[in-house]
Amino acid sequence: MSETLRATINGVERTSEVEPRLLLVHHLRDDLGLTGTNIGCDTSQCGACTVLLDGHAVKSCTMLAIQADGRSITTIEGLGEVGNLHPLQEAFWECHGLQCGYCTPGMIVAALSLLTRNPNPTEAEIRHGLEGNICRCTGYHNIVRSVQSAAEKMGNAVPPRPLGEGGGEGAPRSLAGLPRSTGGRS
Amino acid sequence: MTAATIPHLLGSPIKRKEDPRLITGGANYVDDIRMLDMHYLTVVRSPYGHARIRSIDTSVAKAMPGVVAVWTYEDVKSMGLMPVPGAVPGMKLAEHAILARDTVRFVGDAVAIVVASTRYGARDAALAVDVDYEPLPVVVDLEKAAEPGASLVNEELGTNVAYVNPLNVGDVDKAFAEADRVVTVRLVNPRVFPMAMEPRGSVAVWEPGTQRLTLWTSTQAPHVVRTLLAAMLGLAENHVRVVAPEVGGAFGSKLDLCPDEVLTSMTARAIGKPVKFIEERRENLQQTIHGRDQIDYVEAAVSNDGTVLGLKLKIYADLGAYCHIVTAAIPTLTVAMATGPYKIRNYTAELIACYTNKTPTAAYRGAGRPEATYVLERLMDLIAHDLDLDPVEVRRKNLIQPDEFPYAAVTGIVFDSGNYQGALDKAVELIDYAGFRRRQSELREQGRYIGLGLSTYIEISGFAPSSALPWGGWESATVRVEPTGKVTVLTGSSPHGQGAETAYAQIVSDALGVPFDDIEVVHGDTDRVQYGLGTYGSRNMAVGASSLARAAERVRDKARVVAGAMLEVSPDDVVLENGRFGVKGVPDQGLTLSEIAAKAYVPVGLPAEIEPGLEGQAFYEPSNFTTPFGAHFAVVEVDADTGKVTLQRFLGVDDCGTVINPLLKDGQLHGGIAQGASQALFEEVLYDENGQLMTGSLMDYAVPKADDLPSFELHETVTPTPINPLGAKGVGEAGTIGSTPAVVNAVMDALKPFGVRHLDMPLKPERVWRAMQGQGR
Repeated sequence: MSETLRATINGVERTSEVEPRLLLVHHLRDDLGLTGTNIGCDTSQCGACTVLLDGHAVKSCTMLAIQADGRSITTIEGLGEVGNLHPLQEAFWECHGLQCGYCTPGMIVAALSLLTRNPNPTEAEIRHGLEGNICRCTGYHNIVRSVQSAAEKMGNAVPPRPLGEGGGEGAPRSLAGLPRSTGGRS
Repeated sequence: MTAATIPHLLGSPIKRKEDPRLITGGANYVDDIRMLDMHYLTVVRSPYGHARIRSIDTSVAKAMPGVVAVWTYEDVKSMGLMPVPGAVPGMKLAEHAILARDTVRFVGDAVAIVVASTRYGARDAALAVDVDYEPLPVVVDLEKAAEPGASLVNEELGTNVAYVNPLNVGDVDKAFAEADRVVTVRLVNPRVFPMAMEPRGSVAVWEPGTQRLTLWTSTQAPHVVRTLLAAMLGLAENHVRVVAPEVGGAFGSKLDLCPDEVLTSMTARAIGKPVKFIEERRENLQQTIHGRDQIDYVEAAVSNDGTVLGLKLKIYADLGAYCHIVTAAIPTLTVAMATGPYKIRNYTAELIACYTNKTPTAAYRGAGRPEATYVLERLMDLIAHDLDLDPVEVRRKNLIQPDEFPYAAVTGIVFDSGNYQGALDKAVELIDYAGFRRRQSELREQGRYIGLGLSTYIEISGFAPSSALPWGGWESATVRVEPTGKVTVLTGSSPHGQGAETAYAQIVSDALGVPFDDIEVVHGDTDRVQYGLGTYGSRNMAVGASSLARAAERVRDKARVVAGAMLEVSPDDVVLENGRFGVKGVPDQGLTLSEIAAKAYVPVGLPAEIEPGLEGQAFYEPSNFTTPFGAHFAVVEVDADTGKVTLQRFLGVDDCGTVINPLLKDGQLHGGIAQGASQALFEEVLYDENGQLMTGSLMDYAVPKADDLPSFELHETVTPTPINPLGAKGVGEAGTIGSTPAVVNAVMDALKPFGVRHLDMPLKPERVWRAMQGQGR
């Protein structure tokens, strides 16, 4: 038994046959080969699997692939590439915002969602805004620096449109009614 | 060719070589490896802490779609037992079968496996394996496990005590007889999860044509895995290739050979298809090693001025149900380091290492040494508390002085170099110690409770020499100049997030005058890299980089010989200046490494005695450990209404000798401090009385989030080690070692008005609140 999933993935319209129980993260990784999105916990705590759903951060291990039908998904691969990095990617590189790199794609995507909502966050707002994403290597110190640095860069220029976004995704929107990336302890 | 300016890179904050692939999603971790006809292995695990297996019915699972194998003990018994090269001599070693024979001994113990053609299909079939268990008595409490008559984890051993390791140096009885005071405390160092973000996993492929096995596995020591795995599989070592691809953190938890690595290898060979195993997080928390888990009884003989005359320790260490490679050895490091940075000359320790019905423990960042530092640094504060002295002054009374290095501790370890007092003085000044005390008393008047905690730590680091490790204590490096002048580095280190590719390229760039971007660092592939021992124990800079520096020196010497022949001068007159090998004082005529390499590979016109090629290799064994050190201050506020502790500031003065890349050094400290502080405040693995893991997911176990921690204030002193050519001591574990007691000491300082002398970690709000109400002290 399978269902037809039509979704825009990193700007490309794709049609797939998926098992109803298939998780979005497994669809992205195993069916589409978008292995930049990692799996860290299976229970929505760690945020390694964070992707953008219609511009908002969601945890792709907690969503069925079929729930993305008719929606637009952006993964780390859709943000930028070597030689044409997104300002957040650049900032994580410059500020040593990663070590093992496993949380990094999800962290960058969550940070993008945060900066879309709040382009000039304070340190406390960054720390609170990223509390749905766990990093075990950096102690978050340089992740905070990276997001601050990216906010400065992005504030001084129009944020480049993510590579994969076909159109109309860049503008901030209300989060009402959409799954939130932040979870975990309150 | 115009001379390109090659900047001097050693000591510079160079952006990481590793990052472009990692920030774009282009890195390949084990689970990212995709292959045609990949099969998936799922492990059926024990839900019981201790049980007899009455029967296993695999018939339903075997009939499910896509299932190609369902195996139990009978299918793997020919492989023998899991090897334990790090066993302590004379210990009672528990038999650790690849799959449980007839008894399971912890929740998560492997019972059976399923291999199927899809990820979900393997999981479905695993659920259909019907295991009939008969529950047995469970031993969870570490001290009770050691008592005679305790129910046994491994019945054939006749006891739960794996070994007792006594040490008695100096004259402890005399010290206690002469003491003004005896300060005592019982300290619990709770069990914690290493919790690397990437769970463990492996992919195995068998090639029947060559009779070779390839195993991609998330490991810190691929060559060690290869040696042990080949022996188990009955294959020649050179018929096994082990590759550590991108590894998403480890912190010691990926140092051991685990049953699942053997099982993917065996099944891939048996079914002739690639087999992948990826831990779920729940599985990772159940079966991949845990860290710490000690109970320490501490007694110190002290004179009225705070001088420690003698130290007695009784250490209970929880090994869990079995021993992995390094499990048994970890607590011995606590014994070895328990005199720390202090002049303690009379010392006795009794280490009792026990089996319990819990997950095996093994190396977690610091591995035995954070436990020692926690004992000493809590002790220093308790001496200050009991004798009404200042904690800084108590440490000053006892610290080894700068003119006493090299310092031979009574444990037999020689500390290389240090200025412990200097780091402490700098930290005291930076934190404004006197100013803090004024603010603290002002705030207390207002009903607010802030505390300042200190630790002065050392770390026994840069694991070496070979006499100290079961598989040797050296590291290897090859530096290969390709015919075009590009440089390939093959290192036996196996970094997994530390940024060693960057630091190693900095060293080679300086040594050969070659641009940073022209250097590629290869690691983790046993078919590409000469035998190496991997990354653990803060070895990358102290041992790995030192072997690299040697290898690069050999290449530079060869390049000088070739350049000398090309320039028709003696090699002794050739110097490397600003990226060119030339005659001293005549830089314009110098040759680049590319020009020399071109000649070395097509040696037309070179004297016959010069061998073609341009490559150097070194196996470097340091003569000893190194001892990084430092002083850490934590500032906390305790909420009087809720007992919630907020870590407000963390200031470290750390000395890891020569710094190769300050960006990387600070990053290592940040992460280490976060883990150590988190152990103090949040983290604790809990089992109930039935041996059930109560903290089996990240919903139940508190890994710190960004808003649980402050930014860290890092400062340094630099005291190079004479042990290795770079002077680098290593920094991977220092943050973890120093921070835990600093944070606990800060909370105890804040709670002083409540008459609280000691609370065990983690200092969760409930525990702190109860203590503030006068309960449960």
